[in-house]
Amino acid sequence: MTEVERFSLVIEIGGMPVRVHTTDSDFLSLLESRYTGFVSDSDKAEIDFDVELQQPTIVDPDVDVEVSYHLGRWTLRRGDFLAEWEPAARRGWIRQTANPYSIDAVLRIVHTLVLARQGGFLLHSASAIRNGKAFLFAGVSEAGKTTISRLAPSDVTLLTDEISYVRRRGDEYVAFGTPFTGELAKLGENVSAPISTLYLLVKGKENKVDSVSPGEAARSLLSNLLFFAKDEELVRKIFHSAFEFAERVPIARLTFVPDARVWELIR
Amino acid sequence: MSRLYLVRNPRAAARSLDGEMMIMSARDSTLFTLNETATILWQSADGATPLDEIVEKKICTEFEVEPAEALADAEALARELAGHEILQISEVPITLLQQPVGEKR
Repeated sequence: MTEVERFSLVIEIGGMPVRVHTTDSDFLSLLESRYTGFVSDSDKAEIDFDVELQQPTIVDPDVDVEVSYHLGRWTLRRGDFLAEWEPAARRGWIRQTANPYSIDAVLRIVHTLVLARQGGFLLHSASAIRNGKAFLFAGVSEAGKTTISRLAPSDVTLLTDEISYVRRRGDEYVAFGTPFTGELAKLGENVSAPISTLYLLVKGKENKVDSVSPGEAARSLLSNLLFFAKDEELVRKIFHSAFEFAERVPIARLTFVPDARVWELIR
Repeated sequence: MSRLYLVRNPRAAARSLDGEMMIMSARDSTLFTLNETATILWQSADGATPLDEIVEKKICTEFEVEPAEALADAEALARELAGHEILQISEVPITLLQQPVGEKR
């Protein structure tokens, strides 16, 4: 019996190393390129995933993702992938074709599940570090996440233009860079900083910052959270995490015109 | 006339922030911001106090409203909240009281 060579890669996002195993060296190279800056040389991983590559078939990646939990095992399913993950065993597998998008979706989902138990979350927002402080810019598609990222001056470190990674650390929250990109198609820097402010983005005719009521802040935060699992316990945790965040981190509305002067307000 | 008893659905997540009561439905994760009357119903829904008593002591004392009209409105509201699985309603006292999950005041 011939032993099949196995390749591994540790992808560390938000301080959580996930090791991916594959028997396809080309796929490994694809992942190394996709996750540049987020590949770790650590020999430790919090989760190990075996990737089983399949031949391309006609699939619809736009089919809604399904995430369910049964008997200690998460099942993640979309048109272009099927994955299982056993948290207790710290192991799982992913069945997909050789593309970077499917595993990217799996990683996002797994991170949301892990973060949900720890008081953190992934948020539809751009984020960046300036003067040692992280700023988040939340909004739906077309709200201006990519625009404000593109306008960032040179002293700003971009964490992401699409999906922010938020961890709770004691009484503060920390934003981490992610490889999850939007239209900017530029990976964030793999660094982190305490979150200073969450801005709710609105495009307008002038640059200004307005306060929002705590209720509106919480509602806006909830509406921009990424969470896929139909799991009542975790949904409740996410709900309370959003309020904990809204009680501790200033949230304001940032109206901006698309030019670099908006960054004069963000310090 | 039968009386109506209300209890909070422990599967719903609730949070009060700066006087606004927000609740996430257990059924479909829809977020609701309760108005003043609904907030009173939620806060008074102990499974033992009948709705007419809640209306008499907490709603009629707060708002200028006819008791019969207030009770009819409150009952409609309670049934609507029950439809969203925010409250549970019964025509007998709900003796097995359950605490709301993770509510913080």
